[in-house]
Amino acid sequence: MDTYALQMKGIVKEFPGVKALDNVTFSVKKGEIHALCGENGAGKSTLMKILSGVYPHGTYDGQIIINGQNVQFKSIKESQEAGVGIIYQELALVGEMSVAENLFLGHELMRKRVINWNEIYVEAQKWLDHIGLTIDPQTKVADLTVGKQQLVEIAKALTKKTNILILDEPTAALTESDVEILINLLQDLRSQGVTCIYISHKLGEVMSLADSVTILRDGQTISTNAIEELSEDKIVTKMVGRELTELFPYEEHVISKETILEVKDYTAYDEQGNKVIDQVSFLLKKGEILGFSGLMGAGRSELFISLFGGLKGKKEGTVIIDGKETNIQKPADAIKEGLAYVSEDRKRYGLVLGMDITKNTTLAALNKVVKLNIIDQALEVRSATDITEKMKLKAPSLEAKVGQLSGGNQQKVVLSKWLLNNPKILVLDEPTRGIDVGAKYEIYKIINELVQQGVGIVIISSELPEVLGMSDRVLVMAEGKISGEFLREEATQEKIMTCATGGKKNEYSTSNS
Amino acid sequence: MNIQHQTVEESKKRELSFKFDMQSYTLIIALVLIALIFGFFTGGEFLSSRNISNLFTQMSVISVLAIGMTLIIVAGHIDLSVGALVGLTGGIAAILQVWYDWNTLLVVLCAVVVGALLGLWQGWWVAYRAVPAFIVTLGGMLIFRGILIGLSKGQTVAPMSDSFKKIGTSYFPYIPGYILALVSIALLVFWTIQNRAKRKNMGLMIPAAKVDYGKVAAYSFFILLATYMLNRYLGIPIPILIVLALAAIFIFISNKTPFGRYVYAIGGNQEAAALSGINIKRNTLWVFITMGGLAGVAGVLLTSRLNAATVSAGNMYELDAIAACVIGGTSLIGGKGKIVGALIGALIMASIDNGMSMMNIQTFWQYIVKGLILIVAVWLDISSKK
Repeated sequence: MDTYALQMKGIVKEFPGVKALDNVTFSVKKGEIHALCGENGAGKSTLMKILSGVYPHGTYDGQIIINGQNVQFKSIKESQEAGVGIIYQELALVGEMSVAENLFLGHELMRKRVINWNEIYVEAQKWLDHIGLTIDPQTKVADLTVGKQQLVEIAKALTKKTNILILDEPTAALTESDVEILINLLQDLRSQGVTCIYISHKLGEVMSLADSVTILRDGQTISTNAIEELSEDKIVTKMVGRELTELFPYEEHVISKETILEVKDYTAYDEQGNKVIDQVSFLLKKGEILGFSGLMGAGRSELFISLFGGLKGKKEGTVIIDGKETNIQKPADAIKEGLAYVSEDRKRYGLVLGMDITKNTTLAALNKVVKLNIIDQALEVRSATDITEKMKLKAPSLEAKVGQLSGGNQQKVVLSKWLLNNPKILVLDEPTRGIDVGAKYEIYKIINELVQQGVGIVIISSELPEVLGMSDRVLVMAEGKISGEFLREEATQEKIMTCATGGKKNEYSTSNS
Repeated sequence: MNIQHQTVEESKKRELSFKFDMQSYTLIIALVLIALIFGFFTGGEFLSSRNISNLFTQMSVISVLAIGMTLIIVAGHIDLSVGALVGLTGGIAAILQVWYDWNTLLVVLCAVVVGALLGLWQGWWVAYRAVPAFIVTLGGMLIFRGILIGLSKGQTVAPMSDSFKKIGTSYFPYIPGYILALVSIALLVFWTIQNRAKRKNMGLMIPAAKVDYGKVAAYSFFILLATYMLNRYLGIPIPILIVLALAAIFIFISNKTPFGRYVYAIGGNQEAAALSGINIKRNTLWVFITMGGLAGVAGVLLTSRLNAATVSAGNMYELDAIAACVIGGTSLIGGKGKIVGALIGALIMASIDNGMSMMNIQTFWQYIVKGLILIVAVWLDISSKK
C-alpha cells in the first residue's frame, strides 16, 4: 500500500503580487482518504485547481506525478481523462435536468451519433445502486435534497472512471444524517480502491474519516501525518500556527430576568399552504444565547425568517417583543421592532456583492444616516467606519466591493449591517459556515460582547459543537416542532441528536415567566 | 483618530479617485477620438459651434430616455416600450393642442402625466404581478403604438403653436447663458467647500485640496468652454438645458436618496434587499413611473422639434436608449450603472449619426457602425474586468 496515487512536488503558483503556493509538497497514497486542512486562503483551493487542470500546465512551477507518471494537464478535460475528479462546494449540477441526464452530461452514451436514452437510464441506475442511492434516475435534480445532490455529484465523477476523487467542503451544507451517508459512501469507495482528497473545516469529520492529513498554511506545507499521530487540537494549532486557547470562547455572563422575545403557539405555512412551523413556543431573555439545533429542514431557519416577516405564507400565534405584542408582516416591521436576522446564505440573502462595504453596511439602517430624505454621505461613511472597526473587518478600503472579501470578512459586513440598527434580538443563522478558524473565533468574541450589552441572541447551527460551545440554553427542532430543550450544563451531542432525529421528547426544563 | 483608521481612510481616497478616472477615461477617450476623426474628415466642420449645437439638440430626446432607462436597467429590468410611449405622449400633446386648442403648459403637463400613468400601469404588472419587464414592455410597445394610431386615426397631427415649438427649438441667449454657467460654477465651488467642511467635522479624512479643487477647476473649464462654443452660434439650446436639469435631478436622486440607493440594491441582489427591509414592489413601481414621466418629456421634445406628431414617431428609440446606457457602462444584469455614463453613451451615438451624415456616408453604414460600437463597448467593459 505504500505506492503513491498522487505526488505533487515543489509546486509554486504566483498571482500578481501574491505567492499563493510556495514550494508545496503533497503526496497521497493509493486508496486512502487524505484530508487537506488549512485556513481560508492557505492555498488548498489553488492546489486543487492546479491538480484538476483549472490552472493549466505552465502557469505554475513544480511536478505532478499520478500513478508514477509525470502529467502536465492543459485543461480540466485532460485531468478528468487521467482519473482526477473534483467536486466543488457549490454543486455543478443542472437542476432542471434529470439525475441520469446529469450523470452523463458531456459524455452521453451514443448510438450512431444519437443519444441512447435507454442505455443512459440503465447505466445511471447501476451507478446509483453502486453508491447506495435509492432514487429514480429520471428524478429532476432540483427535487433532491442537497445531501442527495452531493451523492449524485460523486456518482457523476465515478462515471468518468475517476480514481482520485477531490471533495471540497462536501459537508458544509449537509445535515448530520446526510453527512453520515456521505462518510459511509467514502469509506465504501476507499475499500474499492478509490483515492480521496478531502478538504474540510470540520475537524471532527476529518478525525473520524481520514487516514492521513496534510496541513497547509500561508501557501506552504506544514506537515503530513497519519491520523493516529494527530488530534483536533493539534490540527488547529498547526493550521493557525498559534495555540488557540479554546475553540469556543464562552464567557460566563449574567442573563437578565427580563424576557426580550416571547413566541406563543406560533404556526406558519408556506405559500402552498403546507405547515412548516407547528405550534412553536419559546422564550428568549435579555443577554441570553439561545442555541437552535436540529436537522436541515427541521424548520429552524423557516421559523426565524417567518418571525422576521420574510416568509409569504399565512401565520398564526403571538409574538411579544420587549413586553409588547407585535404584528410583523414584512422585514421592515421586524427591523422597527429591533429584530435582526443574519441569514445562513450571506451571498444570497445578506449582501449585495457588487456594492461597496459602506453601502452594504448601511442598507438596512439607511434611515439613521438620512436627513430630509437625503443621504448624509459623510455621516454614512463615519457610521460604517465605526461599526466595521468594531468588527475588526479586514478590507483594503470601505470602497471595496464586498464580493472581493473573504467569507469571514463578508460575514463581518453582514454583522455590521445588522448591528448598525442596534437590535434587541439578533438571530444568527449558521454564523460561521465556511469561515476559517481565526475569523470564527472573532465572531464568537463579538457574540460575547453583544450578550454583555443585553442583546438577546439566537444561534441556529448545524454544527453541534458550536451550539454546545456557545449557548446558554439549547432548543432542538424536528419537523417544524420544538422537540427538546436543554440547559447548557445538561446538553450533550447524543441528547440533541436523539431529539433532532425525532427520538424521545425531553422534558421541558424552563418555567414560564 | 487612531492611525489604523487613517490608513483605511487614506487608501480609500486613493482608490476612489483611481476608479473614477479609469471608468470615465475609456468613455471620454472614445468620445475625443470620435470627435477628432469626424473633425478631421469634415475639415473641422464637425467641431463648429453650429454643429455642436445641432448635435446636442439631436441627442436630447434619447438622453432624456437614457436617464430613465439607466434606473430601469440598474433595477434589473428593461423597458422596450419607451419608443412607443414617446410617440404616444407626443401624439397626445399634438392632438390636444391641434385638435382641441389646449394651451402649451396644459398640454405638456398632460403628456408627462399620461406617460407617468402608463409607466404606473407597466410597473404594476412588473412589481405586483411579477410578469417579466421584457414581456410587459414588449406588450406596452404594441399597445401604445396601437393607441397612438387609433387616436390620431393614422394621420400626422400638425402644426403646433409657437410656444410649443419653442420648447425644442429655441435657445437660451448670450448673457443669461453666461450667468447660468457662472451660477453653476459657484454652486460647484460652494458644494465642494461644504462637503469638505462636513467630512472634517465628522473626523473623516478629506481628499487633498489639489484633487478636489482641481476637479472643480476642470469642470468649470468645460462648462465655460461649452457655453462659449454654444454662444458663438445661437446660445444654449433649450432641449439640452432640459436634459442637463433632468440629469442633475436624477444623478442627485440616484446618489443621495434612499430611493436611488434601493434601486441599486434591488438590482444587485433582490433577496438581500428584501430582507434588509426594502419594499421591492413599491420601489420598482416608482422606477417605472419615473421612466414613463421621462418618456412624456421626451415625447414633448420630439413633437416640438418636428413640429408634428406622426404615427411612427419614436420608433426604435428604446433600442437607442438601451444602447446609450450599455455603452455608458450600465450592466444589463442590474445593480451597476451611471446616468453620466448613459449621457456620454447617448452623445457617442448621436456623434456617429451626425458625423457620418456630414461625411455624406450612406445611412446604412450608420446602423452597422453603431451596432459594432455597441458590441465592442460591452466587450471592452467585460475584458477590462478580467
